[in-house]
Amino acid sequence: MSVPQPQDGTPILQLRGVNKSFGAIQVLHGVDLKVYPGQVTALVGDNGAGKSTLIKSIAGIHPIDGGEVLFEGAPVTIAGPRDSAALGIEVVYQDLALADNLDVVQNMFLGRERKRGFLLDEASMEQAARDTLAKLSVRTLKSVRQLVSSLSGGQRQTVAIAKAVLWESKVVILDEPTAALGVAQTRQVLDLVRRLADTGHAVVFISHNMVDVFEVSDRIAALYLGRMAADVPISSLDRTRVVELITTGRSGDLGIEPAAVAEVGI
Amino acid sequence: MTSNTVPASTVEPGGAAPSGFEGDKGADSVGAAIRGYVDKIRGGDLGALPAVLGIVVLTVLFYALRPDTFLTPLNLTNLLVQSAPIILLAMGLVFVLLLGDIDLSAGVASGVCAAVSAQLLAEAGASWWVAILGALLTGLVIGLATGTLVGLIGIPSFVVTLALFLGLQGVTLRIIGQGGTVPIREPVIRGLTNEYVPVTVGWILAAAVVLVYAALQLNRWRVQRARGLASQPLGIVAARIALIAVVTVVVTAILNADRALSAAVELKGIPYAIPVVVVLLLLLTFLAGRTTFGRHVYAVGGNAEAARRAGINVTRIRILVFGLSSTMAAVSGLVAAARLSSVTPGSGGGNTLLYAVGAAVIGGTSLFGGRGRVRDAVLGGLVIAIIANGLGLLQVAAYLNFIITGGVLLLAATVDALARRRAAAAPR
Repeated sequence: MSVPQPQDGTPILQLRGVNKSFGAIQVLHGVDLKVYPGQVTALVGDNGAGKSTLIKSIAGIHPIDGGEVLFEGAPVTIAGPRDSAALGIEVVYQDLALADNLDVVQNMFLGRERKRGFLLDEASMEQAARDTLAKLSVRTLKSVRQLVSSLSGGQRQTVAIAKAVLWESKVVILDEPTAALGVAQTRQVLDLVRRLADTGHAVVFISHNMVDVFEVSDRIAALYLGRMAADVPISSLDRTRVVELITTGRSGDLGIEPAAVAEVGI
Repeated sequence: MTSNTVPASTVEPGGAAPSGFEGDKGADSVGAAIRGYVDKIRGGDLGALPAVLGIVVLTVLFYALRPDTFLTPLNLTNLLVQSAPIILLAMGLVFVLLLGDIDLSAGVASGVCAAVSAQLLAEAGASWWVAILGALLTGLVIGLATGTLVGLIGIPSFVVTLALFLGLQGVTLRIIGQGGTVPIREPVIRGLTNEYVPVTVGWILAAAVVLVYAALQLNRWRVQRARGLASQPLGIVAARIALIAVVTVVVTAILNADRALSAAVELKGIPYAIPVVVVLLLLLTFLAGRTTFGRHVYAVGGNAEAARRAGINVTRIRILVFGLSSTMAAVSGLVAAARLSSVTPGSGGGNTLLYAVGAAVIGGTSLFGGRGRVRDAVLGGLVIAIIANGLGLLQVAAYLNFIITGGVLLLAATVDALARRRAAAAPR
């Protein structure tokens, strides 16, 4: 089911020549990126390559300085987190941001509770949470009324992802969702990432783990020192070439022009 | 790619279809629900257990030591009236503690509010509702100011309220005057603790409380069942309703019994302060559990960063919570003033705050934020009142009274800290 879709469709989210500087330091240099619905795009790169800055730009936490963002083919301006949320872009950060003392349903609806008059509409929220989890085939939760403090790392990640999906999001960005997990839990989360794509979401998956990347991704985007070294279907690469792209920015005919690399100062 | 490697944990025993959420459906039997409760306590979430045990043990203890006086209707009425200001103050503090903050000035704020209403009555000749409104507004202003300093400027609540603890005592002193005592003669405010609901009306109120509680609980259970949501077994729901009914009937019966010391007069009925406590308990429980505001208070206390990212205005929540807490302090101050029929420069000082914080913590509200319920204030307040009342009957020396009450607060805080550690270490 992870057969790549034809690449000629319109990307749901496209970046063109995105620049971002913090003071005198330019972190992103003319980055291009295409994200397609129904596909997992792995965003890889070494520490400091600009992965976090890139997703925070998309999320509106660090608005871009230059370049273009197109959503469903139309140019958009993302000036803050609310703009990206309104477009249907949800980010699951590494620290998950769940409240331990609330249960699964309460966390999934945090900040966007459903109400009936003055009072919270618990029944409808629980139903919707249950439906979303069922749609993602999550079977590892004993109860949706369980406190998050009693969940395992993998279950927490699941809840955080389900929370992002609940809002009819079209693009889901996952920041190293498997970084702190054991083998079985990584398995659960990877399955979930795949199902996200299979239910029509465009998924951006950040990871350092090449096994995970090759297992779930349809496309791969490699950042090297703030430049996009390659944004291609994963079938055109093997693991060695991806590692090359991450560490040197070039692999064969792919990657950044040697001149550009020299300019960065390596 | 999901088919070849199904994680072991998703394979259900007995070959049942793996639909998930089996915990939501498996709690059909009362036995399973009780096992779940035992697990919860083992996991460090003690809930109301310590407070209920405390009430039972202390009642037995003081009854054994003072069989003639402790369990008489007169003393029990005294005890409940004694507990009312503590409970009211603690109810507001529960919200502050839920945020992980503390309000050390709540006690003296109640003194300032009482002083304002006393002087409105005595100096300005205001009517009772102006005096009450004046007290509530004073409380609200103090609380909003505290909340602004904590939430907007970012001073730790401990420091802000410690400063106010000293400052507000000065304000009370200024309002009342050195060494002065302002008596409260206004019948409505005095009546909070010195007038009694007619016996028949008292029984009607008691019945109404039980019926409304039962209707709410059963309706919720019905909705949850009908829509296939997580629900408790009917047996547990019924047991809870029965427990509330029994407690309500017993308390009403005690308060409606004739408690006059001489046979010539008749003294019976529920002091008006008790329905005030019950109504506020219901209102604040709804606020905490069933409204967006309450949900956001818990979220901020549990993980302020997560709340902020979820779009919750953390500063606003903080300011409102301190406003609520000090308004409750005003209510508490009014009831305390009614009980003593006067306001002094020392009102709300001394051990008032210690009692209220103790009440909330003994009831099960965590000092670390995020865990607690409004009813904790009632249960813990009763424990504190029983200790204060019982030690009074035993006529123990004042020094011992302080030591014992302080010790009980430390004990409750220890239980809280250990429960937290246990919960953190619980297997996942």
